[in-house]
Amino acid sequence: MSTPQLAWLPDPTVTTKGHLWDQRLSQAKDAAPDWDTLLDLARYNLNFMRTMKLDRVLTRQFPEPPAHLSVKPVRLALLGSSTINHLVPSLRVAALRHGIWLTVHTGEYGSYRQELGQDDEALKEFAPTLILLLLDARHIAGFLPRNADQATADMACQEVVESLLPECWREAKSRYGCPVLQTSFLPVFPRLMGSAEALLPSSSANFITRINSLLAASCHKHGAIFVDLAAEATQYGLEAWYDPSLWWRAKQEIAPGAAPAFGELVGRSLAALAGRSSKCLVLDLDNTLWGGVIGDDGLDGIELGQGSPLGEAFVALQDFALRLSRRGVVLAVCSKNDEVNARLPFQKHPEMILREKDIGCFVANWNDKAENIREIASRLNIGLDSIVFVDDNPFERSRVREALPMVNVPEIPEDPTLVPDAVAAAGYFDLIELSAEDLNRSDQYQANLQRQSLQESATDLDSYLNGLDMTLIYGAFNSTNLSRITQLINKSNQFNLTTRRYSQDDLTALMADDTAFGLWFRLTDRFGDNGLIAVVIGRDAAEGIVDIDTWLMSCRVLGRGVEEATLSVIAAQARARGAIALRGTYLPTLKNSMVADMYSRLGFTLLEDRGIEGKSYILPLAEWMPAATSITLSSEF
Amino acid sequence: MNRNDVVEQITKIFQDVFDDPNLTLKDDTTAQDIPGWDSVAMINIIVAIEEHFNIRLKTREIDALKSVGDLYETVLTKVS
Repeated sequence: MSTPQLAWLPDPTVTTKGHLWDQRLSQAKDAAPDWDTLLDLARYNLNFMRTMKLDRVLTRQFPEPPAHLSVKPVRLALLGSSTINHLVPSLRVAALRHGIWLTVHTGEYGSYRQELGQDDEALKEFAPTLILLLLDARHIAGFLPRNADQATADMACQEVVESLLPECWREAKSRYGCPVLQTSFLPVFPRLMGSAEALLPSSSANFITRINSLLAASCHKHGAIFVDLAAEATQYGLEAWYDPSLWWRAKQEIAPGAAPAFGELVGRSLAALAGRSSKCLVLDLDNTLWGGVIGDDGLDGIELGQGSPLGEAFVALQDFALRLSRRGVVLAVCSKNDEVNARLPFQKHPEMILREKDIGCFVANWNDKAENIREIASRLNIGLDSIVFVDDNPFERSRVREALPMVNVPEIPEDPTLVPDAVAAAGYFDLIELSAEDLNRSDQYQANLQRQSLQESATDLDSYLNGLDMTLIYGAFNSTNLSRITQLINKSNQFNLTTRRYSQDDLTALMADDTAFGLWFRLTDRFGDNGLIAVVIGRDAAEGIVDIDTWLMSCRVLGRGVEEATLSVIAAQARARGAIALRGTYLPTLKNSMVADMYSRLGFTLLEDRGIEGKSYILPLAEWMPAATSITLSSEF
Repeated sequence: MNRNDVVEQITKIFQDVFDDPNLTLKDDTTAQDIPGWDSVAMINIIVAIEEHFNIRLKTREIDALKSVGDLYETVLTKVS
């Protein structure tokens, strides 16, 4: 039996910020109350037990709303027709996840009509700001006479949808002055005629189906807020939401295991009511919007469009994004790329669904993504907490989550075919109604925007990098990894100082050459092994100089100090050969402008500038000291 | 999984349900021995055990439980 998951949130059984979720909760429990810490803990894929444990700390530490909170606290009366108490912790934790302080009053078992129909002391005293009316399907089916014919069934249906429920909503408004969240009903009844069920007027299953189909419109007409529980339950299936053994044991229609998902469903409505639905979808490009790396693979090389399953999956994500944008979500791009390369597919690729005009803010550079997202928020003039950031790279996701905890960063399945559904399931953009403003919003943003390049800015990146446990493993070329090295040498375009291509035979010869050396580099961090990410070839030259013939690196690991660490390895190798200086060469191509200044950045002195023919640099080794990095070196010589 | 593993893991679940990290269980512990062990807590225990061990307890099996020892045995037959 499966359980509904909050699958877009990180797994609490994996270490983050140096500790397991359970340890971090224990620390929070003993520490001074801190809302943001608890909010962070709520943003994990919590099961009902972890939800309950977090709720205990939450209610103990915040019996009253925290003073600084800008979002209005919500006083929710949960009224039902069966057992509902077990859902309360999940409601409070889901509200917390959306930045809302929630207190809950639960009605007496099965007494919702008395509580709404006459002045209820306890409820009056509680003074709810919102009522959640959660009625079980058996209760609703009770309005259908057992031997109903078609006319009776039609009448019963009308009675529930146009009389009983709207009466409750009116009473809530007049007696307690607050709106009602009305859920649809779980289809718990066994079918008696299968696909022909609709022909049987006395069928409870069919009765619920009919009422669910009429409920949204009735809510809209009578001013209640519709919460589509039945639709949500299709995500993991009825069996995951409803357990007959618990119904008969305790009259729990929603199983405790599904409580966190139920809480989240309601939490989204609370967020939407408070105007806290996300407004902007920030997209990575390489391996998110298309397959491959535009800077390396070029316009013809990226995977996008009809003809391959992945190409079609990337189109599907773009289509999803475009549809979101048409209904008011602003799209933005945040990519580590040269801007010219990044824009190329938007301008020229025939299979692109998204075009430049669809992107409200386009940021492509080599800066830290957290800083870029901050810039996007400021340029669009929206809060960071209304941004959703989608990136296939777990490093970038974790980095942004850590630096900007208010940004929504869904976990993304590795298989691109699963990404649109994963983003939709996270429900960040859920609304309770659609306004004209929503439909026009993207246009407004685009009209106001100037597209400018980003300034670099200092950050707390260092401390983040320190926590990554990065190890750079290096060694000499050998026969087992030679094919991967050859592939990198012939494929890398962007972080490639000289773009010299060598065949496997060339490299085999180099391995036997005493006057040259080849180095490979692998980077591991707490997310795992990034694989072989850099290659260097050095050659002995006259006057005790070692020439850096080739230096290339995967852009995926850029901005983490890998260049500095690599240089310290090269320098050590050169010193071991008795060299007194390193000479670096930069040969410009159409694609490698990102490393045009790398040697100066690393402390080399410019020797000669031959313009488009390139530049050469020198680094005397006598007094040179490696720069400090967050990377541990590990030799495999 | 042997009996000790089951005992240890079920004890942890009880500690979580009753919010008491020092709670210990004996084979003859019953609902009378633990304050707060009502029908609601019982359901939380059952659901947590089902999720943790990835098993399913039948209604008849749950009704037959008289003590914590019974619970160990029932779980043990399903996980081994």
